[in-house]
Amino acid sequence: MQPFTQHTGLVAPLDRANIDTDAIIPKQFLKSINRSGFGPNLFDEWRYRDHGEPGQDCSNRPRNPEFILNQSRYQGASVLLARLNFGCGSSREHAVWALENFGFRCVIAPSFADIFFNNCFKNGLLPIVLDEGSVDGLFREVAATPAYRLTIDLPAQTVTTPSGEVFGFAIDAFRKHCLLNGLDDIGLTLQHADEIRAYEDRRRREVPWLFA
Amino acid sequence: MAAKTLYDKLWDAHVVRTDADGTAVLYVDRHLVHEVTSPQAFEGMKLAGRQPWRRASMLAVPDHNVPTTDRRRGIDDPISRLQLDTLEANCTEFGITEFKMDDIRQGIVHVIGPEQGATLPGMTVVCGDSHTATHGAFGALAFGVGTSEVEHVMATQCLIQKKSKSMLISVDGQVSPGVTAKDLVLAIIGQIGTAGGTGYALEFAGPAIRALSMEGRMTVCNMAIEAGARAGMMAVDDITIAYLEGRPYAPKGNLWEQAVAAWQALHSDPDAVFDQIVHIDAAAIQPQVTWGTSPEMVVAVHDRIPDPTAEPDPVKRGSMEQALAYMGLKPGTPMTQISLDRIFIGSCTNGRIEDLRAAAAVIKGRKVANSVKQAMVVPGSGLVKLQAEAEGLDKVFIAAGFEWREPGCSMCLAMNADRLLPGEHCASTSNRNFEGRQGQGGCTHLVSPAMAAAAAIAGHFVDAREF
Repeated sequence: MQPFTQHTGLVAPLDRANIDTDAIIPKQFLKSINRSGFGPNLFDEWRYRDHGEPGQDCSNRPRNPEFILNQSRYQGASVLLARLNFGCGSSREHAVWALENFGFRCVIAPSFADIFFNNCFKNGLLPIVLDEGSVDGLFREVAATPAYRLTIDLPAQTVTTPSGEVFGFAIDAFRKHCLLNGLDDIGLTLQHADEIRAYEDRRRREVPWLFA
Repeated sequence: MAAKTLYDKLWDAHVVRTDADGTAVLYVDRHLVHEVTSPQAFEGMKLAGRQPWRRASMLAVPDHNVPTTDRRRGIDDPISRLQLDTLEANCTEFGITEFKMDDIRQGIVHVIGPEQGATLPGMTVVCGDSHTATHGAFGALAFGVGTSEVEHVMATQCLIQKKSKSMLISVDGQVSPGVTAKDLVLAIIGQIGTAGGTGYALEFAGPAIRALSMEGRMTVCNMAIEAGARAGMMAVDDITIAYLEGRPYAPKGNLWEQAVAAWQALHSDPDAVFDQIVHIDAAAIQPQVTWGTSPEMVVAVHDRIPDPTAEPDPVKRGSMEQALAYMGLKPGTPMTQISLDRIFIGSCTNGRIEDLRAAAAVIKGRKVANSVKQAMVVPGSGLVKLQAEAEGLDKVFIAAGFEWREPGCSMCLAMNADRLLPGEHCASTSNRNFEGRQGQGGCTHLVSPAMAAAAAIAGHFVDAREF
């Protein structure tokens, strides 16, 4: 996993609540057996005017000029600004892979759906929760300011605007540690293999029908 | 000893270790696997040279991509076929039990787990699928995980997690006749909202829940995620135990007796404290129909489509306007005036035998309206299909003009060939009405099996109780 420490990037605003993972990456792309290659199909049904299929070359597909990621001022965006309950719906980690493959390193929203939020941390994509008022303010600033960039400092847990305004954000200490170091948590859990075996031995006696 | 919620009991029984900050290593008893969210996890295992920690905990089945038409022809779509072949190759390589496409036990992962007795009370159950909360109906802690966590469970039998907050949803009183589990859960989502359960483990309780069959309970728990909660659960009672007895994976003989005795404790203690309690008045619930693109956008069948201009919250108002524009619907329209192009009866929410019986009871002796282009029934599993055929339900559906299909996820998410065309409206017994969920540009209305059946006959929404 790519570690996350500091990042400064162009902000793309997606002004819509309850963006679901079906919208982030439609189902036909879930047929892939790979972890990469989802970037061109991120938000496929909003981004293009035709129907997309996996394996297709997207460079000549008709684009929807109104969709935010197709607008020239947001080209190269790496910070996504969104509304309440971002990433709701299905557990597909492909949604996180698509955002990450596209080039996003961070999503800022007032709230996230649980499974999506959890999946982000497995892939070096930082989800930041800021209160609704702050997010609203950021939407206004992005709209008013071309080339609007935010600086995210994970060790300091801050988001800094171009004018120097600083927002603090909370993050679970274990998740922060894993993100900063790009750690694979399977390896961390396996350090407790003896405890897992001891637990199993006890449970095998207490609830033998679960081990039959 | 302090009073505990059901969630407390399930959590405590599965904690291997907890760090000072509350981060726990949680043991997983049952790991259900399907073809869509597992290939990258198996690939990760191979790259790291790891073996599954406990193969016997795993049960795999292809469901999302499988065709629901004659399977002797195989799968036309080469990409879908590759995903199924990959699951089969991985299960063979790692020694994991798989119910293949031609196995009578094949079906939707959340239908077959309980049907086989592979889901048991007191278990932790995970699957790379958000509707895993279904299994919580058995007094289990069940939740969906992403692919990285699928791999984590394969490799370690555990997950790293912090405990969620707890919410009791008490459904007080009884529903009126003809109001189903689906109406009940849609009404709950309508009340608490699609993010109302975010960060919580839900427990559904109260007389109206106790009165439900296991099929109905699974329908309710299945949609916990549509209220934002990863896990939804219910206490164990005689109905739970009667459902499980004799199922292939359920314990037998002396072990069964021991298990049943232990399961008696799987309920919240009377004085248990929840972080939040929501009361729902069961008697007030009418048959529900969704009008928008989020499951919370739901009204009773006799209501009208709400007017966004009456919504004070600008973000909510914007969502409502976007939903109506996508659905091609106008505020104030009576729900009964929405005409339907297609009807879908099936899914992990409503693809069980009781659902098919309820739909068939409405349809019997009637015909699908001429204006409906397609009406299909997709049983949740091969065994559900077999049972339905033994009861003659297939003949009822076929005589009415329904297509009688092979089991799978089908048009719930339209990964296979079953899908809506742009602008088409569908009465669907599935769980999500998101934009494009059932096909790009398609418009989904979530309803119960009886309501979908009645809509098929009428060609538009009607109160199934009036049939």
